[in-house]
Amino acid sequence: MDRQIRRVGAALLVLLCLLFLQLNYLQIVRADKLANDPGNARKATRDFNRDRGVIQTADGVVVAQSVPTPDGKFKRLRRYPEGALFAHVSGYLSFTFGTDAVENTYNDDLAGRSAEVKDVRDVLSDRVRTGNVTLTLTKGLQQVARDALGNRRGSVVALNPTDGAVLAMWSFPSFDPNPLAAHDQRAVQASWKGLQADGSKPLLARTYRERYAPGSTFKVVTAAAALERGPELVSKPYPRLRELDLPRTNANLPNFGGSSCGGALPDLLKVSCNTGFAQMGLDLGAERLAAEARDFGFAARPPLDLNAVAASEFPEASSFRRDEPALAKSAIGQQDVSATPLEMALVAAGVANGGVIMKPHVMGEVRDSEGRVVRSAPSEPWQRAMSPANAASLRDMMVGVVNGGTATRAAVPGVQVAAKTGTAQTVGDNSHAWIVAFAPAEAPRVAVAVIVESQPGLGDTVTGGRVAAPIAQSVLAAALRSR
Amino acid sequence: MKRPRRNAELGLIVLAVLLTGALYALASLGRSASLPANVVPFLGVILALLGGAHVAVRILAPDADGMLLPLAAVLNGIGYVFIARLDPDLAGLQALWTALGIGAFVGTLALLRRARDLERYRYTFAVLGVVLLLMPLLPVVGRNINGARLWVRLGPINFQPGELAKIALAIFFAAYLVEKRELLSEVRVTRGRLPDLRVVGPLLLAWGASLVVMTAQRDLGSSLLFFAFFILMVWMATARGAYLGIGLGLFAAGAMFAYSTFEHVQSRIGVWIDPWSRADGNGFQIVQAAYAFGSGGFAGTGVGLGSPGSIPAVATDFIFAAVGEELGLLGTTAVVVAFVLIVASGLRIALRADQPFEQLLAAGLTVIIGLQAFIIIGGVTRLVPLTGLTLPFMSYGGSSLLANYVLLAMLIRVSDDTSRRARRLASPER
Repeated sequence: MDRQIRRVGAALLVLLCLLFLQLNYLQIVRADKLANDPGNARKATRDFNRDRGVIQTADGVVVAQSVPTPDGKFKRLRRYPEGALFAHVSGYLSFTFGTDAVENTYNDDLAGRSAEVKDVRDVLSDRVRTGNVTLTLTKGLQQVARDALGNRRGSVVALNPTDGAVLAMWSFPSFDPNPLAAHDQRAVQASWKGLQADGSKPLLARTYRERYAPGSTFKVVTAAAALERGPELVSKPYPRLRELDLPRTNANLPNFGGSSCGGALPDLLKVSCNTGFAQMGLDLGAERLAAEARDFGFAARPPLDLNAVAASEFPEASSFRRDEPALAKSAIGQQDVSATPLEMALVAAGVANGGVIMKPHVMGEVRDSEGRVVRSAPSEPWQRAMSPANAASLRDMMVGVVNGGTATRAAVPGVQVAAKTGTAQTVGDNSHAWIVAFAPAEAPRVAVAVIVESQPGLGDTVTGGRVAAPIAQSVLAAALRSR
Repeated sequence: MKRPRRNAELGLIVLAVLLTGALYALASLGRSASLPANVVPFLGVILALLGGAHVAVRILAPDADGMLLPLAAVLNGIGYVFIARLDPDLAGLQALWTALGIGAFVGTLALLRRARDLERYRYTFAVLGVVLLLMPLLPVVGRNINGARLWVRLGPINFQPGELAKIALAIFFAAYLVEKRELLSEVRVTRGRLPDLRVVGPLLLAWGASLVVMTAQRDLGSSLLFFAFFILMVWMATARGAYLGIGLGLFAAGAMFAYSTFEHVQSRIGVWIDPWSRADGNGFQIVQAAYAFGSGGFAGTGVGLGSPGSIPAVATDFIFAAVGEELGLLGTTAVVVAFVLIVASGLRIALRADQPFEQLLAAGLTVIIGLQAFIIIGGVTRLVPLTGLTLPFMSYGGSSLLANYVLLAMLIRVSDDTSRRARRLASPER
């Protein structure tokens, strides 16, 4: 019997050793993942019971702060004094729904976890060293963008083309983050459900998470493709046409409002000539057009310092091989092309900045609770879309669009603006009104993209030049005034 | 007469008391940043209880192993601190049950003067075991709690008789198998003939009983523990590997049957394979436990500083997860090591015993503790599918604590018997 008892002992020892291995797996190997899993309420409990840094605008307005709640369920309450104005930028800190936007991407700084340990006292002291995030956005410009867009669904993105700093990023409708950060989780869930059920999608940050057909604003990219990759097409006179006969199909591609147009590239851009650009797309071919779109950042996720940033889309060149009509339509920003308002602002910024698109960012700097700079804004190139010379040529063409083309309403007195409008047809007889613009043309300090969604009809009153250009004008003027 | 084992035991008990007192103070510091007012009386009470148990061993079993009582004391102490930290209402009851458990420990040592006396009452224990096992199924006294019918209500107290049934059945099997082991080891299974029913009968009976426990009481943990324990007992008694094979086959058949028949078994297996997709449903408990272990990490959050309260049944079956969160890998390893030492001490007692009955009894009782610890810790850590059992000496629960202290007393009794006989042989003049 002794032998059997020893073997049972060995077997039990093996089993208990397996427990030890499993414990190592749970508590060492997987520990960080488990501890920070979104479902693990411990992190949220911790976050709600301790101080958290402030998020403020570049002009010193507090967007998010932690206030002590002596009588609350938790020791702190996250407050968003500006309500809906910065909701899609600051995001929220919710016990049940986690974090979003800056609250998400700069969580470690705000919570104070990444604060450096500089001497022994830092380890022993109980004080939490939270970081305060200063945004590149200003309340002033954000309000101008909000007021200019009004109660129309859409987006306004303004950024500094020279360093990628986002100056304003507003989309309507927005939401008030305060109810999501409340202590009573039943009320939080009710608010969340209400926002989810709202057909106007207030939770959706349209500026960087929604894609639309860019329409004629995409002609900037097509023009750039010609300048960079098909110089023979730049001076080619395109015939004056009312509509373009598309190859291998009975369908024709008409100009906006049935007008006829033609000429060389600057003339085509000035009046946003569909037939000319569609033919130019066919002349360029899928390879060159797709390559240029890629250089402008289509198909890549813009490196904006927020979570869940959507990538814009331009189809692979191979998908056009048997579908030339699709290529023609893609060249004018219809069909399978889609872009976020952020991406279109980056396209304008690229032209403005001598062909180089800078990495977009909303964070200006992060300072710890003692005012030391922990992190400062990056100023790095993201994409090289054009040569400086070609960028200058395209800029001059876009100046022409403002000075005598479709974007006259974007003109700012005393400053030369460069722009391109767009009126993208959507499902039904609705259209998105677009504009991309930058100013001053000779030394750009601000680039904008504006979209006003789903304007009823296809007529003259709903074009980018009529609807979106005045919004861009207000934002450009305000941005240039304040700096 | 010098009793070095007893002095070592006393020293270890003092250590266990100090450790428990320190944890108790830390738990209070962690939660309210102040020392508990009652820490001195608290230390006094546990010192008195364990001191009493120690004195009883000194008088009633002076030559017994000195490791088991301190190991039980430290597990009991850690368990108590966590229960007090998790649910102050349960803490008072657990303290009462600890006192009763130690009373039962002393009572067992006092009443049971020689382990082999038990051998004579094997059939009494068999009946007692079966009655205890099936008691919860009785109409008036039986109680359903959390979907399992394991409880008996007698007057004001709820009781799990299954915990005591384990011990009664261990006594019966040890005696029965020692008596029948010659017969059982000589059985030859020949092709085309059914094996002798007298031989495999008890095997099938035990299998059937564990199936009854599983189906009628929906208690997977006890069923598994009971069956594995029985198979190991038969194998240890007979040294016939075939019994292990047959046992494994029967286990597989039972498991397949259970899986195909019972929704709750399928759900347990499903949760074991993938708890994450069921994190809001029946996988909630195991996912919350995983979070607790992960959040604890290497050194833990500190007693009173974690939030294991989110785990259902954290004071009973899942107390180990609370230890994992607040004491980290260091604490969980210490607990596992304590069980390793208990198993080692128990099996050493079995190996040293010179009577087959005492050997088998000690080995069987040790297997119960070791397997039970493995099944529940393995379940909580998702090493094996979760089947509810208490963690011996640590979980909240009167029946469990009482039964485990009785079991401990019996191991100590066997150890003392052996040493005393050895001493008598060494010095025959006494």
